[in-house]
This record gives sequence, C-alpha cells and structure tokens, in this order.
Amino acid sequence: MSDVIKNAREIIQSYDGPKLRIMEVCGTHTHEIFKMGIRNLLPENIDLISGPGCPVCVTPVGFIDEAIYLALEKGCVITTFGDLIKVPGTKSSLAGARSEGADVRPVYSPDDAVELAKENPDMQVVFLAVGFETTTPSACLAVKKAQRLGLSNFSILTANKTMPSAYKKLAGSADAFLFPGHVNAIAGNSVCKELTSLGVSGVVAGFTANELMTALAVIIEESKKGKPFFVNCYPRVVKDEGNPAAQKLVESVMESCDTEWRGLGMIEKSGMKLRDEYADFDARKKYSVPDIQGKPNPACRCGEVLQGNCKPTDCPLFGKVCDPIHPVGACMVSDEGACAAYYHYGPSINLN
Amino acid sequence: MEDKITLAHGSGGVQTNELINSIFKKHFDNPYLTADDAAVLDIEKTVKESDSNLKLTNKVSMSTDGFIVSPFEFPGGNIGKLSICGTVNDIACMGAKPEYLTCAMVIEEGFPVSKLDEIAAAMAKTAKEAGVYLVAGDTKVAGKGQVDQIFITTTGFGHIFEGVSTSGAFAKPGDKIIVTGDIGRHGCTILLERNDFKIDADITSDCAPLNKNIEAMLEATKDVHVIRDATRGGVGTVLYEIAGESNVGISLNYESIPVNDGVKGVCGMLGLEPLYLACEGRLVIFAPASEAEKIVEALKSQPNSEGACIIGEVTEENPGKVVVETAVGAKTMLSRPSGELLPRIC
Repeated sequence: MSDVIKNAREIIQSYDGPKLRIMEVCGTHTHEIFKMGIRNLLPENIDLISGPGCPVCVTPVGFIDEAIYLALEKGCVITTFGDLIKVPGTKSSLAGARSEGADVRPVYSPDDAVELAKENPDMQVVFLAVGFETTTPSACLAVKKAQRLGLSNFSILTANKTMPSAYKKLAGSADAFLFPGHVNAIAGNSVCKELTSLGVSGVVAGFTANELMTALAVIIEESKKGKPFFVNCYPRVVKDEGNPAAQKLVESVMESCDTEWRGLGMIEKSGMKLRDEYADFDARKKYSVPDIQGKPNPACRCGEVLQGNCKPTDCPLFGKVCDPIHPVGACMVSDEGACAAYYHYGPSINLN
Repeated sequence: MEDKITLAHGSGGVQTNELINSIFKKHFDNPYLTADDAAVLDIEKTVKESDSNLKLTNKVSMSTDGFIVSPFEFPGGNIGKLSICGTVNDIACMGAKPEYLTCAMVIEEGFPVSKLDEIAAAMAKTAKEAGVYLVAGDTKVAGKGQVDQIFITTTGFGHIFEGVSTSGAFAKPGDKIIVTGDIGRHGCTILLERNDFKIDADITSDCAPLNKNIEAMLEATKDVHVIRDATRGGVGTVLYEIAGESNVGISLNYESIPVNDGVKGVCGMLGLEPLYLACEGRLVIFAPASEAEKIVEALKSQPNSEGACIIGEVTEENPGKVVVETAVGAKTMLSRPSGELLPRIC
C-alpha cells in the first residue's frame, strides 16, 4: 500500500464529523470504487451514493425502441457499444430483436461503424451514439469522416448528454460530488467551479487507487472548512480549459437540446443533437423515425437509483427478478451501472 | 487427390480411401491404427510396458471433447492441436497417463485439403509430444453450410497412477493454489484473430499437452488434492468451481497472478478480466502447503509450465467465495462475469 493511500485511509477512517453524503457520478468510478473495496473502508457517517453517470443507464427506454424500429422496420444494421445490446426496451432488448432478424453488431468505437458503412455500400449503418462529454467527440469525428468519404449509408441515432444541467438537478442529493475525471478532461473545470456559487461542492477525481482515495480524503478535509469548494484532484489529465480542440469539434457538429434521462425525466439543454447541416447523418431525420415513447417496467426503480434516492438493494426486484442475466432495468445491464456493481460486489461488503 | 474436400470423400468409396491414406494414415500411422472397424488394444500389455516412472493401477480414466473453434487456425496452433491437447489434459487431470485416443471429424464440403493436411499433421505432432496413439477415427463430409468448416471430436483413455486421488471436492483450508503459467492467452488470441476489435498484439495461444508436466509433478509428490485444466471461463471460473465443490474460501493474491503484457493491454482496452479468458494449456493445482514448493519446482523444469507459481491459498472463512485484497487494503470478492463473452473458443 502506498503512503498516499495510507494517509488517505487515515483521514477517511478517522472522520467523526456530521453525516457526509458523497455522490459519485461516473459509471467507471462506481465500478472502480467497488472493485477496490473502497466502500468497505468508509466509516458509518460517510455515505457514498451512486449517481447517473453511466451513459447506458440514463439512456431512456424509448431509445432502445427507436433502435429496434430502425433495425426491424428499416432494415438498418445497428452498430453500438456492447453494453447497450442487453438493455431492455419496452418490449425487448436489441439482443432480443436479433432473434427476430435484427442485425446488431458491437463495435469498439464509432469509427468501426464508419468503416463498416464504407466497406458495405449496400448496408444502411446506424451507430447508437450515447455518452457524455468524454465520448461525444468521437461520434462527431465519425460523422465528419463519413461526410468526407461521401458516405450516404451512415448515420447516428443520438442520445448524447452533458453533465452541467444534471448536476444542478442533483444539487440537493449530496453534500459533495466526485466529478468524472474524463468529462472534465474534455469540458474543463469552469462548470464545476461555477456550481460552488450554488452551494454545490465537489472534487474532480481520477481512476487509480491513489487518485480515488486522495479525492475522497480531500472532500473530507475541505468539508470541514464549512464552505462550498472545488478542487481538481486529477491535474495530470484535467486542465482548467479542458480540451479546446474537442470542444470546437463538438460545437461545430452538434448543438444542445432538451433530452430525456431515464429516471430523471426531461432535463433542459442536457443533450446534444446533430446540427441541421448534418441532417443526412441524423438517423431520426434520415429514416423519418416516428415519436416513440418508451414504457419502462413500472416496478423498476432505476430512476430513483440514478438520483441517489434509493440503493439498488432497496429495489424489490434486485437480485430476485432482476440480475445481470435477466436485467429489468439499465442499471443492472451495464457493467458500470450501480445495480450491476452492487450485484457483483455486494457480497464483498461484509468480508472484512 | 483434389484440392478441396467433396461429398464423395465422405461417401465411403474410392475417394474416402484415398483421403484416409493420403492424409490420415500418412500422419497417424501406428500399429494400432488399422483399416478394421475398431482398434484392438491389449490393456495388460499397455500397463506392463508403460515407460512411466510411476506405477499404473488397473483403473482407467476416460474423456471426450468436441472442438468447433472459430477460426480453426490461430497463432500458436489449430483445431487439430487443440483436439489432442483437450482430451489428453482432461485425462491427465484425473492423475492418469493418457494412452489411446480416437478422433471423429465432420468436414464441410469445399474445405481445402491442404488445410486438412496441416490439421492432421498438427494432431500427429501433438500426439507424439504427449506420447499417445490415435487408434481409431471416422470422417464424414457434410454439405456446404451444414457445418462450419471442420468439427473434431476426440475421445481417449489412460490408466490412473497408483496413490493418486484428485477431485474438485478435495481442496482443504491451508492448501496452496498453483497455476502453471501466464493466463488467458488462448481466449485473447481467438478474440484478436476474429478481428472484431481491430486490435493488433503479439499474443499466441497457450494450447499445449500437459500430461508430462502432471507426471513430473506426481513424481515429486502424490499429495495433490485438485488438478484442473483451465479452459472455457479461465482460471477465475475454476477457482469459483473448486470453492463451491469443496465448500472452502479462496484468498487470491491478485498481484502474483502471471499475465502476459499483451493480454494485460488488450484486457485493459476492452474492460476484460484476464482471469476469465480461456486457457488451453494451463492447470490450476491445489495441494497442501508443505508440497507447494516441490510442485512448483517440478513444473518449472518442464516445457509449457516454466512459469508455474503460487497465486493464493484456501481458507476456512468465506466458503464458496474467491476473495482478493485490493490496492487500498480492502478485501473484495472477485466478481463473476455473466453471459457469453466469447463463443466458440474451443
């Protein structure tokens, strides 16, 4: 164990102040925190809550329905990040649609989808663009590449989201946030700094054991000072100005829009859609996709889990009806979902 | 001999004969492989003339395995080599000396004869390395699209060594857990060969026959509780199986698990856990702590197990669970993956 971790452990485990609620809003943070067993070290008066930071988990049910519509009614080849394939839509998931003849292929990056379209001019390729500020630039690059190559058989179905509006909506759910390191690597720190004027505190954290432990220790020390704070604990990757080139790219290809977050409902100006100049690459316009309202399973409490209002273990379906092999909601499907993390690592919590 | 397999090759007539002679008999020629309907084996003679340093009992271990790996050839081997290693290793894991194998092939119409020749050559080479005889076989040809290129099933048996008794249910608290080399290479190799992710890396399958390695270990000590071949599901799956079957806990020293840099890199990029990638030439061994060093030394002296090392131990606490100590000094359970990560790796 490094000295950094030893010191951080000391600070965390000796905390005896008032109840401190810390919300981590990055799916990878949820996963890493569980994998490292950091929850096992926290004293009683620190509550680590999972927030809506998993892009798959906040993708609304209707989005899956739209993708299935494109596959089955329009004969499109759906290319997507792997974990979207098992997410349940209103009737079935993309995996389920495969057995009805849908052509659904996992890709590692949107560029793979462009290559597929280029090599198969007879295929109508649609890439499911989900993700936050970290992933959106790659979807924009894919669209620009398709444009450059003159492809008429490539488009994206967008559900990209941005964090700032979500933070404001969640302001009351926690005393401090663990901000997603790679979102800020692209977007910079200005939004998080401004949030302090609304009384929202937080720290940008990296992903290694050292970085996560340090970030938590910093939150504890800063919270003792009694006023809103922001600290960049991931300076080796996150610069205050973020990544200007990526920001310009996204700005030129997409614009903000109102969008639905599973569980949180419609949040103004929290999504990204393609600008009108790129209409040919917008799957909804290209294939005249009708307005599809998804219907989530009424017993599923993913929405409340995503807001940090309920722990996965509080959901009546958790572990009984809903598990990684038969997921009811998105939080169980995605590797980064809070429910999946609790399911896989939950039995670890009482090991010490 | 034409350059592609046709339905005529499977119909039992002149072409079948031609195929058997020009490929199978050429590579597998041995006194037990005859043109008769079945092989005739003198088991008493087999035991009497055994070249092993260990005594054989009259008990026999028998196993069968089907192989449908796609692609059928990959860095480090092909489906032929795999088909021998798989059955040889399963028999050897019971504390037995693999002796005789049979092989049934179903080949797709249009399959290149040159590739069939390569596959048969690999089988012969691996059988020789393992010291086993292919004594009976069958070849069928299926129409185009009825089978994916080539499917092979091997069955084999061998006599069990005296004084050896292993089972998944025999792990005891205090036992050390040993792996015979770096993990996850076969699964990683197949993943990259399928080119689904367009990643290039210098990784080869770990596919190898391990019966001689097991014999060397048993010559050093017979006090071994579990020997398991880690294949589909990888080492991680074996650990959970044994923890369950023996109703014991496992304390895993994650840092000590040998993983090749290439495999680490690919896993890092794709979010995969190397412990759950398939191996095809790696054993997981549970033995009393007093025997562990002896076992590691014996394995290190053999090809294909030079990287043998201890990766953990069996505990009484946390039965059924595989526990790992993390970088922050906390204990967590090794998470279990669900669903089909990689179909058809063997």
